[in-house]
Amino acid sequence: MKAIACLVAVMLAAASVPALAESGPETLMPPAPVNRLDNESLQRGAHTFVNYCLTCHTAHFMRYNRLTDIGLTEHEIKDDLILTDAKIGDTMTVAMSAADAKEWFGATPPDLSVEARVRGTDWLYDYLNGFYRDPKSATGWNNIVFHNVGMPHALAQLQGTRKIVETEYEDHEKAEAAAIAAKGLASIAPAAGGKWTVATLETETPGTLTEVQYEATVADLVNYMDFMAEPAKNQRIRLGMMVLLFLGVLFVFAFLLKREYWRDVH
Amino acid sequence: MSKLLGWIDDRFPLTALWKSQVSEYYAPKNFNFWYYFGSLALFVLVLQIITGIFLTMNYKPDASRAFESVEYIMRDVDWGWLIRYMHSTGASMFFIVVYLHMFRGLLYGSYRKPRELLWVFGCLIYLCLMAEAFFGYLLPWGQMSYWGAQVIVNLFSSIPLIGNDLAIWIRGDYTISDITLNRFFAFHVIALPLVLLGLVAAHLVALHEVGSNNPDGVEIKKFKDPSTGHPLDGIPFHPYYTVKDLLGVVVFLVVFTIIVFFLPEGGGYFLEANNFVPANPLQTPVPLTPVWYFTPYYAMLRAVPSAMGTQVWGVIIMGASVLIFFALPWLDRGKVKSIRYRGPLFKAWLALFVVCFAILGYLGVHEVTVWSQFPDQWPILGGADRATVVARFLTIGYFLFFILMPWYTARDRTLPEPERVTFK
Amino acid sequence: MATEATIDRDKRRFLIAATSVVGGVGVLATATPFVMSFMPSERAKAAGAPVEIDISKVEPGQKINLEWRGKVCWVVNRTPQMVANLPKMDDRLVDPHSEVPQQPAYCKNEHRSIKEDMWIAVGICTHLGCSPTYRPELAPADLGPDWLGGFFCPCHQSKFDLAGRVLKGVPAPTNLVIPPHRYATDTLVVIGEDTKPRSA
Repeated sequence: MKAIACLVAVMLAAASVPALAESGPETLMPPAPVNRLDNESLQRGAHTFVNYCLTCHTAHFMRYNRLTDIGLTEHEIKDDLILTDAKIGDTMTVAMSAADAKEWFGATPPDLSVEARVRGTDWLYDYLNGFYRDPKSATGWNNIVFHNVGMPHALAQLQGTRKIVETEYEDHEKAEAAAIAAKGLASIAPAAGGKWTVATLETETPGTLTEVQYEATVADLVNYMDFMAEPAKNQRIRLGMMVLLFLGVLFVFAFLLKREYWRDVH
Repeated sequence: MSKLLGWIDDRFPLTALWKSQVSEYYAPKNFNFWYYFGSLALFVLVLQIITGIFLTMNYKPDASRAFESVEYIMRDVDWGWLIRYMHSTGASMFFIVVYLHMFRGLLYGSYRKPRELLWVFGCLIYLCLMAEAFFGYLLPWGQMSYWGAQVIVNLFSSIPLIGNDLAIWIRGDYTISDITLNRFFAFHVIALPLVLLGLVAAHLVALHEVGSNNPDGVEIKKFKDPSTGHPLDGIPFHPYYTVKDLLGVVVFLVVFTIIVFFLPEGGGYFLEANNFVPANPLQTPVPLTPVWYFTPYYAMLRAVPSAMGTQVWGVIIMGASVLIFFALPWLDRGKVKSIRYRGPLFKAWLALFVVCFAILGYLGVHEVTVWSQFPDQWPILGGADRATVVARFLTIGYFLFFILMPWYTARDRTLPEPERVTFK
Repeated sequence: MATEATIDRDKRRFLIAATSVVGGVGVLATATPFVMSFMPSERAKAAGAPVEIDISKVEPGQKINLEWRGKVCWVVNRTPQMVANLPKMDDRLVDPHSEVPQQPAYCKNEHRSIKEDMWIAVGICTHLGCSPTYRPELAPADLGPDWLGGFFCPCHQSKFDLAGRVLKGVPAPTNLVIPPHRYATDTLVVIGEDTKPRSA
């Protein structure tokens, strides 16, 4: 327990500081396989988001009609993605009030519009893959990436339930090797007597999706959240390349002009 | 066209100003890479003002609407995202450009007589710029915005006797609130920009009065062409430096474009991830560090221990670390101006200063535990945070660069300064 | 310094021109996002989005009000008598054939609407912006014996007929504006979207 507490404190710190090199407890977090150019993935992610996340979370900076950016028509958006009586130009708000949420979950579920910019897609991917059953917690769930999180496993129906498995190792090298061999989420924490504990997750009961399907669903969802956090990203990158090209041309002329005049100077 | 010009010239010294300040203003012909950053700083200032004006059209300086209005700009306003990124990138670029501009001054002794006032105006601009950035950073009303302001304004409360009242007066409230946001908005949008523009004008007037220094530290006005009266080593600013600075601007724009369009978050340093969380007065973010351009000073603030029951010493040291720049023209007793002719002492101390500044900056970005602790068994240092101990030595090194300068610049074994400029 | 003889003036002129042109293009391209940022934002467009109205509830002779883009709009269910009276007004009108484009092309007709009976308009007087009152009754005392029904603006006494056409001799210069609209179904009108022309 102490090991996991140490682990959490450092993970929280490590999660919010860029390029931090820490010694001590670590979590091996596979990167998120997301691709902003894959419209199909983004559309599937949008479906998952609307069906599983918008019941508790809001995304009140995200307008429904912005989904046309990922290849959907207004008709498709209205039919498949607006589950309330919201209009196509409205933003993604939710029926549950903040007061109710606080009472049921202990904290208001945060708005998710820019969550991908706060946490990053890797963290979100690992977080959504990291839930396990914990009878001791308030919700009955816990998370290997975000310890004692107040959120229950919203996607449990899809993934099924998992439990945490802890193994002790003599030294850090052996622990690290075991964590890498686990090929997925694994955390290493110092234990008593100079030993190290490796924690991994194992399936308890299956859900409606296989492990591979679930990971793909989460990848799509995180991809969509990345889109939602910054819809203009693809346009930004495209335009950036054109501006660089233009500046290349301008540079040539500006350089020739400078060199021509500076011939005078000795 | 020339009739119109004549009409204007009879009533306003337009052509006279153009000649005296641009087309017949003589600057040294040997400006190198380090001399681009003055015009670039002016360029970034204009950029920030223009993008800032357009942001103000859509931003709401109200605690309940500020964060949302920034996302409104990013999503709903046509091209709002681009204007926002230009402004946030411009803020960081402003500091990069200004630090390089100041470093040029250190390299070539540009603060030496008769340019002391020019340097003082520059230091005042630097102070205003830091204040401008500090006020501006509260506006998005994110976690870092709110808590950064909270910490810095709380520094004032460490001043004995008047501290608490002073902090309340600055905030207009007992804690950072909507009231504070509104007044910081006024400072950021109009008050400080006006002061900045005035100081920049004074800076340029002072520059033109004495003329630019150059990489050799030689005064070009010493040798003039007898027939024209122009400095032999001078060239008219226009067309030579207009054309050269234009090229500098284009190269700057390439760097600027790469950041704005491909890396607007600047690796998490230009747009901090935690600032995408709306301000929450009930939850302090961990870690809480200032934006990168303040971190050297923050590291110094943190390194100074409390003594005699007060934390004010850290505040004093931090303040002194910025204000000591003003004293430079009078600390430097060197026989030559430019590093090209200075001896090993100055070069060593300048290198040490740069290293101290850079590592302090690195430490300021991270928590004090970033390098963990010395082993418990060690005498004196045992158990202490390594980063804090190192920061203390670096702070001493930083100050010694200035404090010992009258001594090592006077003793330094310099090379003879040339009479005329060189092209190196 | 170079002497007069060695300065290639033509090359300099060319380079100045070329750099200026490319730079000028850059300045225009950079100015464009700033100018375009003035356009209505997505939020404004969402608020100004088309409005749907069920016209089946509007009784003959009745006028109902609704809001579109912050402006008051009317739906009037004109009786056959009202429609029949429209041509009788022609010689008292400034613009009886709707030459001035105050209406979409598909409403440039005698009754200034898609259907003869159902009339939809922006209820704002074209003089200085007040909202006229609905006076469908024939020959009221204050409007005189020739009044065949229409709209009377209380601010400066402008008068319009039941197709929103302005009478001669009043301050308002033009007919009332007809907004773009279309019939989604026989009873559902969408104000703010144009009727698509029928393909051949």
